Amino acid sequence: MTQDQPLLEITGLDVFYGDFQALFGVSMSVSRGSVTSLVGANGAGKTTLLRTIAGAQAPARGAVRYAGLDITADPPYRRISRGIALVPEGRKLFPSLTVEENIQVGGVAAASGSWPLERIYDAFPMIAGRRRQRASTLSGGEQQAVAIARALAAGPALLLLDEISLGLAPRVVEELYQVLRGLRSAGTTLVIVEQDLRRAMAASDHLVCLLEGRVALAGASSEVTRELVVAAYFGQGDS
Amino acid sequence: MSWVNAVVQGILLGGQYALIACGLSLAFGVMRIVNLAHGDLAICGAYLGLVLSSALGVPVWVTLPLLLPAAFLAGMALQLLLLGRALRHGVLAPVLVTFGLSVMIENLLQVAATSDPRGLNGGALTLASFTIGSLTVSWLFLAAFLTACVVLSGLQLALSRTSWGRQVRAIADDLDTARLVGINVRPVFATVAGVAVATAALAGVFIGTIGTFDPLAGTNTLIFAFEAVVIGGIGSLSGTLVGGIALGVTQVVVGEVNQAYAVLAVHLLFLAVLVVRPGGLFTGHQPVREVHGWGALG
Repeated sequence: MTQDQPLLEITGLDVFYGDFQALFGVSMSVSRGSVTSLVGANGAGKTTLLRTIAGAQAPARGAVRYAGLDITADPPYRRISRGIALVPEGRKLFPSLTVEENIQVGGVAAASGSWPLERIYDAFPMIAGRRRQRASTLSGGEQQAVAIARALAAGPALLLLDEISLGLAPRVVEELYQVLRGLRSAGTTLVIVEQDLRRAMAASDHLVCLLEGRVALAGASSEVTRELVVAAYFGQGDS
Repeated sequence: MSWVNAVVQGILLGGQYALIACGLSLAFGVMRIVNLAHGDLAICGAYLGLVLSSALGVPVWVTLPLLLPAAFLAGMALQLLLLGRALRHGVLAPVLVTFGLSVMIENLLQVAATSDPRGLNGGALTLASFTIGSLTVSWLFLAAFLTACVVLSGLQLALSRTSWGRQVRAIADDLDTARLVGINVRPVFATVAGVAVATAALAGVFIGTIGTFDPLAGTNTLIFAFEAVVIGGIGSLSGTLVGGIALGVTQVVVGEVNQAYAVLAVHLLFLAVLVVRPGGLFTGHQPVREVHGWGALG
């Protein structure tokens, strides 16, 4: 496995919910150690794409390759052992479990590089003092931190983050992104779904814009202009 | 003094109801399976005890190290081969499948073992008793009650302290997310079903030692188990124990007045709880479907 081989390679994904097709031939490649931002309007298929990468959604056609292996048929727990973890949209904590139990559950299929609890609490001091509390009693920002911590407990090499800033105060969002910057410099590959376009462009190396289930724009974040992204976002122009 | 005696006997009887009910509660709380064959599986446990203890010529207690693992494996197989598949076809399919299973078990038992009522060889324990003042307590009833307490608290400990328990509670909270964060759901479901059937079989052994059983006894057993679960609140093992005790005490105390109304009183208690607190006594005022009860064990 060479360094320039992409860590994640998606080719021609068609994904359906019953009769409704959510993704149409989506292809994308993510290189090792990079940050990719996934943008697009509501319903463009961003969450579906992340869930398909994580194994929660099976594609009707297409393939997901990870570290050179075809993992299209792998169930989520096997993907987690390989190093793919998802922070789902809406946090989706287990409400009746404590903070610490939520994090421990995230580690049941952990990859070799799994994070010990102490390292997780060091990264998220805001939840360290709440480890015995029920997850449902936490504030939105704390819950989001636990959701990220739960994914980190799996020791991911590829971390998928779905709208982690949704409904949170800018100061809290900044704290969370601070953690992501730390992960990135430690070599974790990130794919981020982010509504805030400026943040999405600033935080990433690559940007992929989905429009109605198709890739409308893909390129280096430093090279695409805000105008180009906005046009792709709303389906204007000929991108 | 006969009232005190009735209450004590009722509490001891309630332990047996709780022992049957805990597996039902667990299977519903985790897998969302309403297992209509649960009572029949308990009676199968009694028949298995009968076969083993007469083959080996020993009291049924001696066969438990064989019987319980066999029941656990049978539960796992049932989940992996039958109920797990049924679950993929929505919530109604498992109800129909377990109903069919119940009918099959009852008929197969009739063919294999005839309709004659049977009893199990409980050894010296069967008739032994001790007295405190004017109270006479059967060692067998006390053993059944203590066994129920040990099984329920052991289960509660396993659910709140082990990785298996955390996975079980996470699945009960949110199956989709549990899968997503890496829980391999199939083996967890299989072990839960194994525990449910093993506890049912253990309860069946007590049923068969304390009284008699026949191939159709499962249905009656199931009704009491259901009532204990609902009164205690789904997803709360301590609630199940209290639910079972409430049933037992009602049955024996009312029976003290008039034996004809004993079972009717139990059903009326169940109806009253359903009307006043549909979520059960131990889960607040929420309706059942919104209860995230297993977390209360944490």
